[in-house]
Amino acid sequence: MSEEVIYETADEAGAYDTTEGKVYNLSGGDWDEVEGDEGIAQRVVVNMGPQHPSTHGVLRLILELDGENVTQARSGIGYLHTGIEKNMEFRTWTQGVTYVTRMDYLAPIFNETAYCLGVEKLLGITDQIPDRATVIRVMLMELNRISSHLVCLATGGMELGALTAMTFGFREREYVLDVLETVTGLRMNHAFIRPGGLAQDLPDGAEQQVADLVKYLRKRLPDTSNLLVDNSIWVARTEGVGYLDLTGCIALGMTGPVLRSTGYPWDLRKMAPYCGYEDYEFEVVTQTSCDAYGRFLIRLGEMQQSLNIVEQCLDKLRPGPVMVEDKKIAWPAQLAIGSDGMGNSLEHIRHIMGQSMEALIHHFKLVTEGFRVPAGQAYVSIEAPRGELGVHIVSDGGTRPYRVHFRDPSFNNLQAVPAMSEGGQVADVVAAVASIDPVMGGVDR
Amino acid sequence: MTDNPDNPGGDAVVPAGTETLEVLSSGQGAFGVSGTPDVSGYGGLARTTHAAPPATRPYGGWFDAAVDTLAETLGTDFGPAVSKVVVEHGQLRLEVAREHLINVMQVLRDNPDLRFEMCMGASGVHWPQDAGRELHVHYPMLSMTHNRRLSVEVTCPDEDPHIPSIVGIYPGNDWHERETFDFFGVIFDGHPGLTRIEMPDDWVGHPQRKDYPLGGIPVEYKGATIPPPDDRREYK
Repeated sequence: MSEEVIYETADEAGAYDTTEGKVYNLSGGDWDEVEGDEGIAQRVVVNMGPQHPSTHGVLRLILELDGENVTQARSGIGYLHTGIEKNMEFRTWTQGVTYVTRMDYLAPIFNETAYCLGVEKLLGITDQIPDRATVIRVMLMELNRISSHLVCLATGGMELGALTAMTFGFREREYVLDVLETVTGLRMNHAFIRPGGLAQDLPDGAEQQVADLVKYLRKRLPDTSNLLVDNSIWVARTEGVGYLDLTGCIALGMTGPVLRSTGYPWDLRKMAPYCGYEDYEFEVVTQTSCDAYGRFLIRLGEMQQSLNIVEQCLDKLRPGPVMVEDKKIAWPAQLAIGSDGMGNSLEHIRHIMGQSMEALIHHFKLVTEGFRVPAGQAYVSIEAPRGELGVHIVSDGGTRPYRVHFRDPSFNNLQAVPAMSEGGQVADVVAAVASIDPVMGGVDR
Repeated sequence: MTDNPDNPGGDAVVPAGTETLEVLSSGQGAFGVSGTPDVSGYGGLARTTHAAPPATRPYGGWFDAAVDTLAETLGTDFGPAVSKVVVEHGQLRLEVAREHLINVMQVLRDNPDLRFEMCMGASGVHWPQDAGRELHVHYPMLSMTHNRRLSVEVTCPDEDPHIPSIVGIYPGNDWHERETFDFFGVIFDGHPGLTRIEMPDDWVGHPQRKDYPLGGIPVEYKGATIPPPDDRREYK
C-alpha cells in the first residue's frame, strides 16, 4: 500500500509501456493515430460509465471487447459513496432514519423499516409496536415497491430504447409518490418510519387517496405490460440475456427478482415474515427462464401482488396509536400544519409548556439526547424490491448507533455482472445490468 | 439520574455474571467534555460495555442440534474453533477463531443438516478497547434449505489484521470483504483481488475505524460557530 506508484509518461500518441505491452489511451476520434501501429487492438478495454446513461446510475463498467463481443466485464463502484454508515455513528438512533432513507433512494421506506426493525429488536420492543403503525408500514412498503419497480421498468426500458416505457413508468410512479407525499410530506427521503412506530398518523383523506391510487394503477399498469410483454423487439432484447441459473445465484448470494427468475420462490415476506406479512394473502411471483425477460415479468407480477397487499392493508387499518406507549422511547411527534408549514402542533406545545413538566422533560431529553439502546447486536433482514436488505446493527449501550451496516441487495447483486454478460454483446450488458436493477445510492452508501 | 444503592461510589456498574467477560468499551462522564470543571456531577458516571455472555444449554429451538452437528463434524477441532456460542435477541451467533474460519464455514455450507448455502456479507466492527481483538467481522449466514439463520463472528488484533478469506467457499463475499478491508483495514488472506472498493484507490486510512475522524468544518450561523459533529459536546 505504501509503495509509490510511478506512472510512465505517455509519448506523443498517448501510449505508454507496461509489463503487459504498450497501452494506448484513446478518448474518441483519435483511433487513426494508432491504427498504423503494429500489434494494435489485441485487447480493447472500454470504460462504460460512470456517466453513461445506460448504466443505471453512476456505475462504471470496464469491458474488454472483441469487436462487439464482451470477453470480460468488471464493474467499478464507489462514485456515490457518502459515508452514511460512518455519519450515523455521530447521530442519535432516531436521527439515523434520516440517513438510511437516503441509501437506496428508490426504496427509502424499506431502508427505514429495516433499520427501525433492527433498533426495535435491540430495544426489545418488537411486540409493542402498535398494529396501526405496522399496517401503515406494510402499506407504504408495498406502495414503495410499486414505485421502485416502475422506475426499474422505466429506466430499463429507456436503456434498451423503449422510451414510451419510460414515460409510462415515470408517469405512474408520480401518482405513487403523490400518495407518499400526502402521508410523509416528501416524495423521497421520507424519514417517516421511526424506531417505535411512525413519525405521525395518516393525514385526513389519505386512506381514500390510497384507495383511488390502487384503482388507478389497476387500470394503468396493464399499459406497460401491453406495451412490452409481447413486443417482439423487447423480447428479442431481453430473452436469454443476462442468464444466471440457480447455482449461480446461490453462489453469488443473489436474492430478489434475480433469484426468483430461476423458479425458486424465495421471498422473505413468506419465508421469514416480519411486520405481520403472514396475515396477508399474496403470491410469490416466479419465472423459470433465468433471464432479463423473466425478471421483467416478475416485476410486473409483483406490482399486482403489491396492489393486493395494499388493499388488504386498507381493510386492516383500525384507529389507534402509531407509536409505542413507552414515553422514554416514543418520539414526541405531535405535528401539525401551521401557517409557516409543518411543525409541532400548538396543542403539543401547550401541553409541554403549560400543563406537564414531565412531558416537557421527555420532549427535551428525547430531542437533545435521544434514548439509550441496550448493548448488543442483531441482524435483521427484509425483502426489498431488489432482494434481501439486511441490517447489522450494533449498540454499545449509548444514545448513538455504535455501528450500522446495510447489506444492500444492489451491492451484492452487482457482482453478477461478469457472470451475466461475459460472452454476450455490449448491448446485452445494458439489458443484464438493467435486469439486476442496481441503485447506486444503495450500492455505495 | 437514578440512585443506585449498590453502587454509592459511582464505580462502573458490572451486571452480575459479567465480571469475567471482556470489555468492549468504557468511558466516563455524560457529555464528552474534559478539562473544564465538572459542576453537574455527571462527570463521575462510568459506563462499561461488556461482550455478550456465552449462552447456556439449552440454547432453544434448532440451535442445540445445529451446534451439536457442527461439534460432531469438527470433532476435536470444535473446542479451539468455536470460542463462544451466543444467543442474543433470539439469534444464534458463533464466535470462531480465525485459524478455523475456513474449516467452520466449509462445514456450515456442506453438512446437509446445516446447509448454510448463503453468506450474506461481512460487516466489520471496530472495538478499540477490546485488547487483542480490536477488529470484529460479522458474517450473517442463511440456510435456505432449512430456512434458518445464524451468524459467525471472527476477531483479529489491530497489530495483525489478518482473517482468512471465505471467497473460495462463498464467492458472493468477494465485494463484501473488499468493503470491510476498505473501511476497517482487515486483510482477508487468500482473497482473489483485495483492493479498495468504495474509497479511491489512493486513499490513506480506513474510514470506518473508530480512530478515524468523521471530519467536517465549523459552520458559522448568525454569529455563532457550530463545530463539526465529532467535535461537538455529546451525550455519552
